[in-house]
Amino acid sequence: MALSCHQLGSFPPRLSVYVLLIVFVAAASASHDAPQDGTHDPTNVTHKKAFPVLLFNYDHVRTPFEISLWILLALLMKLGFHVIPRVSQVVPESCLLIVVGLLVGGFIKAIGEKAPALDDTLFFLYLLPPIILDAGYFLPIRPFTENVGTILVFAVVGTLWNAFFMGGVMYGVCQLEGGQLASVDLLSCLLFGSIVSAVDPVAVLAVFEEIHINELLHILVFGESLLNDAVTVVLYHLFKEFSAVGTVTVLDGVLAVVCFFVVSLGGLLVGSIYGVLGAFTSRFTSHTRVIEPLFVFLYSYMAYLSAEVFHLSGIMSLIACGVTMRPYVEANVSHKSYTTIKYFLKMWSSVSETLIFIFLGVSTVAGPHAWNWTFVVVTVVLCLVSRVIGVIGLTYVINKFRIVKLTKKDQFIVAYGGLRGAIAYSLGFLLPDHHMKTLFLTAIITVVFFTVFVQGMTIRPLVELLAVKKKKETRRSINEEIHTQFLDHLLTGIEGVCGHYGHHHWKDKLNRFNKTYVKRWLIAGERSMEPQLISFYNKMEMRQAMLMVESGSSAKLPGLISMQNIQPKVESRGRTIPKISKGREEEIRRILRANLQQTKQRLRSYSRHDLFADPFEDMNENLSEMRFRKQRVEMERRMSHYLTVPANRQETPPVRRVRFESDDQDYTSRESSGVRARNIGPNSSPADAISVLEESPPLRPNRRSDGGVRRSAEHGAQATDDDAEKETGEPQTQGRRVSDPGPN
Amino acid sequence: MGSLHSLPDEPQYVGLAEKTGFSFEQIGILHKRFKQLSNNGETLRREDFNTIPDLLCNPIRSQIIEAFFDRRNFRQTDGVGTVHEIGFGEFLVVMSHFRPPSIRLDDEQKEVIRMEKLRFLFNMHDTDNDGTITLEEYRHVVEELLSRSGALGKETAKGIADAAMLEVASISMGHMEPDEFYEGITFEHFNKLLKEFEIESRMNIRFMNMDTTTLCK
Repeated sequence: MALSCHQLGSFPPRLSVYVLLIVFVAAASASHDAPQDGTHDPTNVTHKKAFPVLLFNYDHVRTPFEISLWILLALLMKLGFHVIPRVSQVVPESCLLIVVGLLVGGFIKAIGEKAPALDDTLFFLYLLPPIILDAGYFLPIRPFTENVGTILVFAVVGTLWNAFFMGGVMYGVCQLEGGQLASVDLLSCLLFGSIVSAVDPVAVLAVFEEIHINELLHILVFGESLLNDAVTVVLYHLFKEFSAVGTVTVLDGVLAVVCFFVVSLGGLLVGSIYGVLGAFTSRFTSHTRVIEPLFVFLYSYMAYLSAEVFHLSGIMSLIACGVTMRPYVEANVSHKSYTTIKYFLKMWSSVSETLIFIFLGVSTVAGPHAWNWTFVVVTVVLCLVSRVIGVIGLTYVINKFRIVKLTKKDQFIVAYGGLRGAIAYSLGFLLPDHHMKTLFLTAIITVVFFTVFVQGMTIRPLVELLAVKKKKETRRSINEEIHTQFLDHLLTGIEGVCGHYGHHHWKDKLNRFNKTYVKRWLIAGERSMEPQLISFYNKMEMRQAMLMVESGSSAKLPGLISMQNIQPKVESRGRTIPKISKGREEEIRRILRANLQQTKQRLRSYSRHDLFADPFEDMNENLSEMRFRKQRVEMERRMSHYLTVPANRQETPPVRRVRFESDDQDYTSRESSGVRARNIGPNSSPADAISVLEESPPLRPNRRSDGGVRRSAEHGAQATDDDAEKETGEPQTQGRRVSDPGPN
Repeated sequence: MGSLHSLPDEPQYVGLAEKTGFSFEQIGILHKRFKQLSNNGETLRREDFNTIPDLLCNPIRSQIIEAFFDRRNFRQTDGVGTVHEIGFGEFLVVMSHFRPPSIRLDDEQKEVIRMEKLRFLFNMHDTDNDGTITLEEYRHVVEELLSRSGALGKETAKGIADAAMLEVASISMGHMEPDEFYEGITFEHFNKLLKEFEIESRMNIRFMNMDTTTLCK
């Protein structure tokens, strides 16, 4: 370890990462046998000791120190992988992390220490919830609800089939094999089957995240892994209880079915209650924005813990909480809180996932093992076989009820994506000490390793080979949003015409119920009335505006489409404005640009910002700076447009009118009252208009008190255009209209 | 199928089944519904659609009703304009636009079906049948969509429609000079726009094979 600093610097980065790793691990293990150091106060002081300048007191900080060390190790590993590009493309991260865990575990064992095992409290209470919350909060609702029937069938029936098939066949094999295995009875086998049969959300997330498969398949496998928790919980408890007793009666079976419904529905109920509470709380947080994210996290965690208290399905509770809370919380919290929530959830779930895989590796090395070739091999083979049979059989039945059928390719991916993971291991760990426990654990670990390594590594090339549809990368555009809504209404209408109450009908009813009752209670202020299309549009505008601000002076390239290209040109409606020649136009434009402060290039961007439809008022008090810049850019753009777009006499948005009439002081009061009268927007704020009024003066070098904007724009540039003077004679209302061309 | 009392082997049904792809049972059920809506008459008029309670709270109600009476949707070669009343045949043809594509189709046939559904949507937007969706028409679409959602005014709808139009223009034309004018969304542009939309799997409803219409009304 005696490396000098300059030597370290010359090593390639990954080596230094490993060196650091070794340092940490050594420190961690050395800390285990921390001697009792100079903390003891000798009761009988026989002689006076010198005053201790430096003391070593490790016990005091031991637990947090070790925890931090482990987390740091996990994160350094993650860093390290991305330094090695080739490997991370072939091998999924989960595999690499398990390997690291194995190495670390081996190292610790070599030193002679006892490695920490993945014990169930740590796993179920601390490591699992962040991952599930992250998954549940960002669950894509639309594909999930569209496929919920399929997902439920796979989750419930599929898992039941897997458990019983595996348990039964294992029992048969054990009886046939004899020897060591003959003592394994049916109930133990069924217990084992129920542990191994559940598809694991952590593993699925870890692997599927990297292959970017299309939304339908992703939600099918992932949804199944989430919803099978209820089945697993019930089966596990059922067989655990009764493998001690030895027999299962019919009554027990019936009670188990009832228990299943209680567990799943109860979990959902608990989650929904906490979700509603969380949404309701977020309604009042407008003055304490800083703690908003905490409410989301705490309510969700409480939902999980409360469900665990009653042995309900904690995972389903967590999912229900996240899903229920999300639309209302997002409408209520500030943009910064939203970002915070998103990043914290991603961060925690990332750390948890990494730790889980590392600990899996460490526990493998640490734990006691009992290897039995037959048992393990048969388990692995059976897992695959039962999964394939289950998926094919169920798909055959499901396809009769689906509009969009599942193809063979889809079925293959669903079957192949059924990965087992840490949940199975922890459940096995939880088993009471049983003479077969170590055997089971070994088999479970082998299955987990097999699925994560073999299936995880090969699924990517298989996806490429089979040309499975990938996730579309582009962000949702406003046109798609419009048409999604349009299609929803259209299909609901057609269902109405047909006369049967289908999927769309009920969705529509739910939406209406949501809008009339729920939103009013759970969303603060004006935003409760905002329809989805408008919120989408606002979010998009916001994103554009932020991009604009961030990119600063590097505006978009000229030549892209802008508003004037799509505005219908008014032919000749008694035009009172003379047409300017192109050369003149160029001149004017150039002069304008030179005169404006901080000239930006002509921005061709999405939006024609309707300032009075600005819902960001309540959302972003901090964005006033950004808005100011946005407005100024907007003004510059409009001014250069005025030279090419003829007047359109039809509608004129009052805000723009205000802005440019500000030059004429006599108009001001009349204008602002006119603005207020005309403002029909929801979040119209006269304050906005006034602030706009105040802004425009600095941009106008020359002010004239004549008819309209256009003239003043030009005159600001060159005071020689006499043609327009004729306009001053017009009555003011007319002048207002004429002077306000602009893309409308 | 005891609930059907219309003869499944009427020659008319055979012709319709071939034309639209529905099964005999489905045609029978839809015929029952047709009779229910038209009060046992032979033709449907626009007023008959008012008897459907679910349709009343639908924001794009008028456009849906218009689609039924639009000749372009009748799969005739040169249908233009609207009619005042439709018979069962036309009713069925319009409904057949919403049939899910069979899983056995190959890619070419799927493409044909996709174009059909896209055409139906396009016709719904292009009310003056000039082959393009102009800005005004698109604005109208957005306004209708937002009409039930509260009095948020035309300005926001306009803003949204304008932004959407800009996007279409950007996707389709890429680059335009400042004085060029984008006429409107043609069918090719519309196709390009909704390429990722997977309309062939989304624009479907489930047509019953068993008669459940008596349960709900």
